[in-house]
Amino acid sequence: MSNISRRHVLSALGGLALTGSMRQALSASGTQVRVGFTPAFVLNQYALLADWREYMEQRLGVSVEFVQRDSYQETMDLIRLKQIDFAWVCDYPYLYLRNMVRLLAVPLYKGQPYYRSFIIVASGNSAVRSLGDLKNTVFAYADPLSNSGYFVPRFRLHQLGEDPRTFFHKTFFTWSHKNVIEAVAIGMAQGGAVDSFVWETLNLIEPKLTRVTRIVERSPEFGFPPFVAHHEVAPQLFSRVQNILLAMPQDPQGASLVKRLNLDGFIKGNARLYDSLTRMMRAFGEG
Amino acid sequence: MVRDESETMYLFNISLRYKLPLWGGFLVVVSVLAVSTALLVKAYDDLQRDVHVGAEVTASTLCRTLFPALLHNDDWRAFEQINAVMASQSPGNPMRLEAIFVTDGEGRIVVSSDPLKFPMLARLDTLGRDYARLAAPLARMAGDKPARRLDFADKNANYSIVDSKQANETNQLPDFTDAKSLFFAQPIRQGSAQVGVLVLSYSKDVFWPRFRNLALQGSLIGALTLAVLLPINWYWGRRMAEPLVNLARRMGVVAQGDQDGQTNVTYPYRDEIGQLFDAYNAMVLEMREKAKLEQELLQAKRLTAIGRLASGIAHEVNNPLGGMLMALDTLKTRGELPAHANKTLNMLERGLRQIEEIVAALLVQTKDQGRHLKQDDLEDIRTLIQPQVLAKSQKLNWVVNFSEEVRLPAAACRQLLINLLLNAVQATAEKGRIGLAVDLEKDGLRLVVVNEAAPIPKEFMDQLFEPFVSGREGGHGLGLWVTYQIVKQLVGQINVSCDNGEVRFDVWLPLEKQ
Repeated sequence: MSNISRRHVLSALGGLALTGSMRQALSASGTQVRVGFTPAFVLNQYALLADWREYMEQRLGVSVEFVQRDSYQETMDLIRLKQIDFAWVCDYPYLYLRNMVRLLAVPLYKGQPYYRSFIIVASGNSAVRSLGDLKNTVFAYADPLSNSGYFVPRFRLHQLGEDPRTFFHKTFFTWSHKNVIEAVAIGMAQGGAVDSFVWETLNLIEPKLTRVTRIVERSPEFGFPPFVAHHEVAPQLFSRVQNILLAMPQDPQGASLVKRLNLDGFIKGNARLYDSLTRMMRAFGEG
Repeated sequence: MVRDESETMYLFNISLRYKLPLWGGFLVVVSVLAVSTALLVKAYDDLQRDVHVGAEVTASTLCRTLFPALLHNDDWRAFEQINAVMASQSPGNPMRLEAIFVTDGEGRIVVSSDPLKFPMLARLDTLGRDYARLAAPLARMAGDKPARRLDFADKNANYSIVDSKQANETNQLPDFTDAKSLFFAQPIRQGSAQVGVLVLSYSKDVFWPRFRNLALQGSLIGALTLAVLLPINWYWGRRMAEPLVNLARRMGVVAQGDQDGQTNVTYPYRDEIGQLFDAYNAMVLEMREKAKLEQELLQAKRLTAIGRLASGIAHEVNNPLGGMLMALDTLKTRGELPAHANKTLNMLERGLRQIEEIVAALLVQTKDQGRHLKQDDLEDIRTLIQPQVLAKSQKLNWVVNFSEEVRLPAAACRQLLINLLLNAVQATAEKGRIGLAVDLEKDGLRLVVVNEAAPIPKEFMDQLFEPFVSGREGGHGLGLWVTYQIVKQLVGQINVSCDNGEVRFDVWLPLEKQ
């Protein structure tokens, strides 16, 4: 079913018909800054996003627009088409877009620029103790371009000597990490792969949902989904935005936003944070 | 068989009093049941149609949005669409969707609103009897032109969504009475591409209570109608039957020979039953009249026979009696007889005279008397009985309504009146009242003698006018017999009646022809 190759997916990007492509971004022109968001975090905290946008606008002195899309791919398209200047993307797309974007900032989660992938099952499903126990079940992936929600569990199966294309009876994408948790919670899937940051954040703000799921595997740490800037963004704007993000924990309003995001702040980061993923991708033949 | 028949017939032999209300009640119950059943069937159909229409709307909408999601193999999106429909149901809606699921051409669940109950890829036949039975019809629906399911990012997929106009294809799947749900299915297709079959499952758990409520309401109304109609019917039936039953009972009494039953059976209306009542009453009166006439005729015949016998004997006795009296007379005038012989002769003569008196009384003669009755005769009679009336301090009411001579023999009439009046005086207690009314009518004279007295006993009444029948001590019983003979010889009529403490003799005598 979903045994399409990563390469295949990405090559499809170039062939997609575009809608509203002529809506030329004002990007870097200084009159408006557009920031793209992916379902890499808890996307539906709309009030939080609105506050954050206002905060950025105040600090930046120009109009800021937050652009949300339901899948990673759509946000990536926007970057590729220069429809957005900055984006918060997953580490996996970042690596793909490496030639097109620059690392702007890396969020600090629990003081570290790292996160993991969780394999979850329904909490009542006590028979499953690891990913390997989920053979021939229905499994929920987050997004075909997600690291924690797609690549990591498949790589893990590869390590276990299983073919991720045939290991599960059926797999499907839910297009967001939160939906993975829901799919497992209602029993549509017996297992799912989810971003540790999303699961733990939801565990704080919506414990009813996470309570009915149970983590059976935690992956090693990966570089946290970074903020990136299109490489055509003027250096001045780049550093201004970067500085605003880095300085957020220093003022009360910014600190409050960071706290609501369940983060500790931002660092400039380093491309090396994502080396382990690059190695895995190569090992898996997708590099 | 014979016995069975008689037992069956027995039901039809019961009284109209029960038969009419029972038949009426039976018809009322049958009508109410028929109407209620028709309404219930209608309500059931309406309910089914409501469910069907709801299912059609839901299915058509869902199929349109599900098609692209399923075509792209986007199960989560399909689930969200299905779930949105489930979540948007109003709780008050009795046609509540229980579950929505999509099956593929092989009878497997593609996506469902309740993944725990309908797990992905589960075969319908593993989900229980109700669902296993759906497999065959669903396979037929999925069978025609199954579309190739495409992967979400298959850029080579060659399809076009052109057919936005979707024919109304929602089918109700076979409804098994023991199934817990009603199922509707619609193929999810656009143009020639089909990606599965959408199945909507409506719970009968909600459907049936609603129908039961309707049925209950219907039954309640039916019961109320019956509660009103049955007593009315019972009353009406009884009312119709009552006069007939009465009539039948009276007819039965008449048939047994008793004609003293009440005649005035009332029925106020002029319908056939009323006519029946009139006929009955007329018949009873006629029968009574006839019986009375027969009785009178019989009595008259007997009296005539007795009269003939009495006068025959009297004649036979009268001839030798005359001879004997003459001989006695001769003997007494001719010879001097010893004293004791004289004494014996006197005794003989007294006895013979007594016989002569009785015989004379028996030989009532009316025809040979020439004089007609005058008012003076009546005054004479009054004078004659006055002493007796006074002796008993009785009150005599004398009303004579004629002044001329009437063409009736005076002697016979005098004797008749004296007999009746003396009889009245004797029968009336002291200080009682006696009355005489004489009335000259067009062609006859009416004489009515009334006195205060206890009614004449019935057994005595039948023999009243026979000779030697006396109502009192000391009477020789010839008075009324003589009266009767006179009336008969004058071709008149005499009637006796007793009521209101009065005994009334009513005599009518036709006037002689001129």
